Amino acid sequence: MNLSNHIPILIVAIPLLAAFLVPLIGRINKKATGILTTLALSVSLILTIALAVKILTVGPQVYVFGATSPSLTLPSGLKFPIRIMFQIDAMGIFMGLITAVVSFVGAVYSLIFMKQHSGLDKYYSLLLLLTVGVFGMEFTGDIFNFFVFLEIASIASVALISFRGIDLGEPAEAGFKYMVVSSISALVVLFAVGIFYGQYDLLNFAALANVIKYSQLDKIALGILVPVLAMKAGAVPMHMWTPDAYSEAPAPISMILVAASQASLYALFRVTFSLYNITLNTLAVGWIIIIFGLLSMFIGVTMAIIQKDIKRLMAYHAISQTGYMFLGVGVGLAVLANPVALKQYGITAMEGGIFHIMNHAMYKGLLFLTAGALFFKTGTKDLNKMGGLAHSMKYTTIFFIIGAAAIAGLPPFNGFASKLLIYESVYRFNPLLSIIAMLVSILTLASFVKVFHSAFLGPKLPQFKEVKEVPRSMVFAMAVLSCIIIFFGLFPDLIVKNLVHPAVMSLIEQFKYTGTVLGGM
Amino acid sequence: MLFAIGVVLIENGVNLFLITLGYRKGAIAPIYTQAPSGQAMVLPTPQALTLTSIVIGIATTALILSVAMMIYKHYGTLDTDQVRRLRG
Repeated sequence: MNLSNHIPILIVAIPLLAAFLVPLIGRINKKATGILTTLALSVSLILTIALAVKILTVGPQVYVFGATSPSLTLPSGLKFPIRIMFQIDAMGIFMGLITAVVSFVGAVYSLIFMKQHSGLDKYYSLLLLLTVGVFGMEFTGDIFNFFVFLEIASIASVALISFRGIDLGEPAEAGFKYMVVSSISALVVLFAVGIFYGQYDLLNFAALANVIKYSQLDKIALGILVPVLAMKAGAVPMHMWTPDAYSEAPAPISMILVAASQASLYALFRVTFSLYNITLNTLAVGWIIIIFGLLSMFIGVTMAIIQKDIKRLMAYHAISQTGYMFLGVGVGLAVLANPVALKQYGITAMEGGIFHIMNHAMYKGLLFLTAGALFFKTGTKDLNKMGGLAHSMKYTTIFFIIGAAAIAGLPPFNGFASKLLIYESVYRFNPLLSIIAMLVSILTLASFVKVFHSAFLGPKLPQFKEVKEVPRSMVFAMAVLSCIIIFFGLFPDLIVKNLVHPAVMSLIEQFKYTGTVLGGM
Repeated sequence: MLFAIGVVLIENGVNLFLITLGYRKGAIAPIYTQAPSGQAMVLPTPQALTLTSIVIGIATTALILSVAMMIYKHYGTLDTDQVRRLRG
């Protein structure tokens, strides 16, 4: 048995096993739960990196469940795949890397951050389940399996958002809102699965993509899939759950939730690019996605400026940054049927949008963690009550500056690299879109200058005299993300060439995706 | 909390939709042992899908109701117009 063929399933199985082991270990030793979680997620992280190296050198990987060999996609005598499978190409592993890094950092951060809470075994168990759900959504090659992982992720995240609901009302309210949104969107996804199955008798993404005709029913399926996946990704005008959920969840969970909503974004791109590709009216659907992006960018940032709660402010920025991804990839989709424009600026726009997904997960994660550090030491999320914290929390201040500069798109941080790609390519598609994107970037900077000023600058406040720097493991978690941000900012070419470009090409070239399952049929 | 009831209704609707996809007129249950040969069978896959979806539905309903209980504990009401501390 060659273990390296089983890496795709191990990435999901190890956190899943650990999720059910954690409550048992918690009976014996409370402290061991956090350490076990961190260990399981670090193994997952290492395996994801190994798989990424394999995919980027060898090519897309499939893992078929229950088959005699993991790569046996077509059982003998059958023309279409019947088994559930994982199908991981460059785009899937790109998202998988984000999830692996973010969940590992979140677990390390939780070790001290969540220490004073009770029921930690359940917290870590849910954290692992959330990671499993997000990994599954990104790796699966089966549309019903996607629904199952979507539900795993949303049930775990609702329980985590309302984790402090035992003591407070607001987390329960936010959790309820997210539960209604996510269960309805998951059921709509299931309805679309039914439509596909009724027409083609297939559940496999690649096999469906091979036969899809863009009939009236397919149009209905697309018309319900795009809004609900955009809703789960937190695009305006379906964004009402985002600020509540992100601001009321514990800080490490807010960070992982960003990665979870990006998994829905990934699913949206997978449906439009890999499932339909040029069979659909790319210009119209592309413009719909661009308009989602414009609304998210602008409304997100304008709502952020007026916030007083630091995490709510960052949550609105998360909406606004999601808009950039919609804009970049939407432009790519709009010119997909036009090979000349696609080559000139479409691919660059998509590279910008996809690269921004990873950059956003890193710097927004870092910002949520610094907000968590402030909350951990001061006990408040209200910006008006903070002040002068730069005197006592030096590391947190530096990390906040790095995160804020990255989100505002200042060089030499990673936000600059991906935003520049978006600006210059979108300008050639439609100059107005690019100008709006730059304006939003300036407003983002303005808003973070406000946060920096009111939380960190000024004289030392008497009520925060005892405040000290956060413990070492939290500093370590933030330092990991900061290093990634600076590294990506200094060597963007390296990342774009080796990681982002293959991901974009695997979205654009549909036959690459279907070919791995159907063997060049 | 009419929301919870609405979610359950949608779920039942989707489940019914899925199960009808596999219906064939005059077909028997898809059990291969001792089945009369040549007799048409209903599709088993939609039944498996529906079963999975029902199990997931139980989890979501239980969770949605427990969150509603927490809301009732803190707000003293289940009227969604009054459960509005998060705004802006």
